[in-house]
Amino acid sequence: MDALTVVDLVLAGVLTGLLYGLMALGLSVIFGVVRVVNFAHGEMMTIAMYATVVLSGWLGLDPFLAVLPVAAVFFALGYLLQRGLINPFITRPEHAQFMLLVALAIILVNVLLMIFGPDARHVQLDYLLEPLEVGPLLLDRGKVAAAAVAAVTAAALFAFFRFTLTGKAIRACADNHLGAQVIGLDVKRLYALTFGLGSACVAVAGCMMILLVDVTPTLGPGYTLLAFVIVIVGGLGSMPGALLGGVLIGVSEALAGLFIAPSAKSMFSFGLLIIVLLLRPQGLLGKSA
Amino acid sequence: MIANRRTILLLVALAIVLVVLPAFANPYVVSVATLVLFFAYAGQAWNVMMGFAGQLSLGHSLYVGVGAYAAAGLFVRYGVGAWVGAPVAMVACALFGAVIGALAFRFRIAGVYFALLTIAFAEFTRIGFDHLPALGGPGGLFLKVEQRDHLDLLALRGPPAMFYYVALALAACALVFCTWLLRTRVGYYWQAIRENEEAAQALGIDVFRYKMLAILVSSSMTALAGVFFAFYYNNLFPEQIFNVSRSIEIILGPIIGGLGTLFGPILGAALITVLADGSTELIGALGWDIPGVKQVLYGVVLLGVVVFLPHGAWPVLARRLGLQR
Repeated sequence: MDALTVVDLVLAGVLTGLLYGLMALGLSVIFGVVRVVNFAHGEMMTIAMYATVVLSGWLGLDPFLAVLPVAAVFFALGYLLQRGLINPFITRPEHAQFMLLVALAIILVNVLLMIFGPDARHVQLDYLLEPLEVGPLLLDRGKVAAAAVAAVTAAALFAFFRFTLTGKAIRACADNHLGAQVIGLDVKRLYALTFGLGSACVAVAGCMMILLVDVTPTLGPGYTLLAFVIVIVGGLGSMPGALLGGVLIGVSEALAGLFIAPSAKSMFSFGLLIIVLLLRPQGLLGKSA
Repeated sequence: MIANRRTILLLVALAIVLVVLPAFANPYVVSVATLVLFFAYAGQAWNVMMGFAGQLSLGHSLYVGVGAYAAAGLFVRYGVGAWVGAPVAMVACALFGAVIGALAFRFRIAGVYFALLTIAFAEFTRIGFDHLPALGGPGGLFLKVEQRDHLDLLALRGPPAMFYYVALALAACALVFCTWLLRTRVGYYWQAIRENEEAAQALGIDVFRYKMLAILVSSSMTALAGVFFAFYYNNLFPEQIFNVSRSIEIILGPIIGGLGTLFGPILGAALITVLADGSTELIGALGWDIPGVKQVLYGVVLLGVVVFLPHGAWPVLARRLGLQR
């Protein structure tokens, strides 16, 4: 195998990895602020994938435009979910939060199964079929476009947390819950906003992911696990860490598919997770507690 | 703990009902009851770690799987029976538990991180078994099904009623063992660690050592659930037995029944299994036979229990019946 193929593969891994990173970013932001691990994260992404199937496959809306309404709806749903269901669980023990979100995940997967049945669905765009030639390299147009959208979304989120007052207030909540309450921040509303933002991230990731893979209702738990692996590797609660973790996992999956059996590729990811947890439990870019 | 006279009376009544059940009930009820007892046992084993010592493991399917594969592998490849396979399975699972515990507890990994680490180990092992052709790989490992009619307790081969009694014995032994464990010095140390690890350490409890003990006891107990699973169902697939959803099934019972209580895992297992089977019947009767309906119903009930019964069903029931917890 020549070096060019490997470079092609690594680049494809980076592009997919950015998308993984955006998905994990949602999980990481939610955990970093609300301190709840969203065990229904992958399930939420599959819903966004189906939403794109409906909007673009059935109603003819371009997926790159469908991103906006889907993200807006997910933001609202995430906001309400946090406000109504999860908020009372913030002070409850971890296993109770876990059970709550697992119950939610079970419901989501099976509602999808009831509506769409077990068959795989996909969205295909004719103008993405031709590969993109960059010098000697061949890149998948869909992956490039999806990665670009992911990068823009992540940049917007960074900017929001860095420059807006609300973003700063959310970071204040994450840093010091009690202090934030003392100075009069509406912590409940900020938590709900954060959950909404995390949901919007995963929605954008889902809208783009459907351009790369077919969706089935049972895809959710696998993506939930993948998101965990990524945020733990990058650092749970660290935003750049989520993107870095996503790219690392994307590349390692691409290379594992080439050098070892493709079916063993997630073993590699989980192995990486175990090593990171043991040697650097706060993750590559995480701050130690 | 269970010194109350009403409790003892109720226990004796329950024991009599369970012992004579196969003589009166139809095969379907016996199979459901076997499943309840299986989950009661596995839940009790998980409860040792989470309910007693406060360590949240979401990867107990690992021990079910390793236990099942150890005993089934010995049986299929070397003709070694379940009674020899069981201790081997327990040692194998204790080894896995020791490795995970030693790494996690030595590096002070706790809470969510520990939970995710246990999932990672279970998934890692699942994919490992998928690439182990000696034990069937993804195609599965099958145990020979002969002599289904006549009882051969030595080889753990026999009619469904035999498996019912084996499951009953396991669940009963686990209950007695856990009752005893909770009253030993170790049991009190565990509860101290669960409530406040730092305070426990300050009092001079060797936290690492007792957390290790909890994972060793829990993993080797769960191994027997795996052995039972292998010989009862006679087929093993890594995809199923190591699946995260299997771990969730195991922990649903204790959480729904009441974490840290002795009867919680039993009550929870009964509620979950009856709910799962009952909803199948109900949906069949209503004619809503679309795939997914049953699980949605299941999820909704689960959600309701988690939201409205934060301490599980057993404490509520125990108060109603005037029993001690």
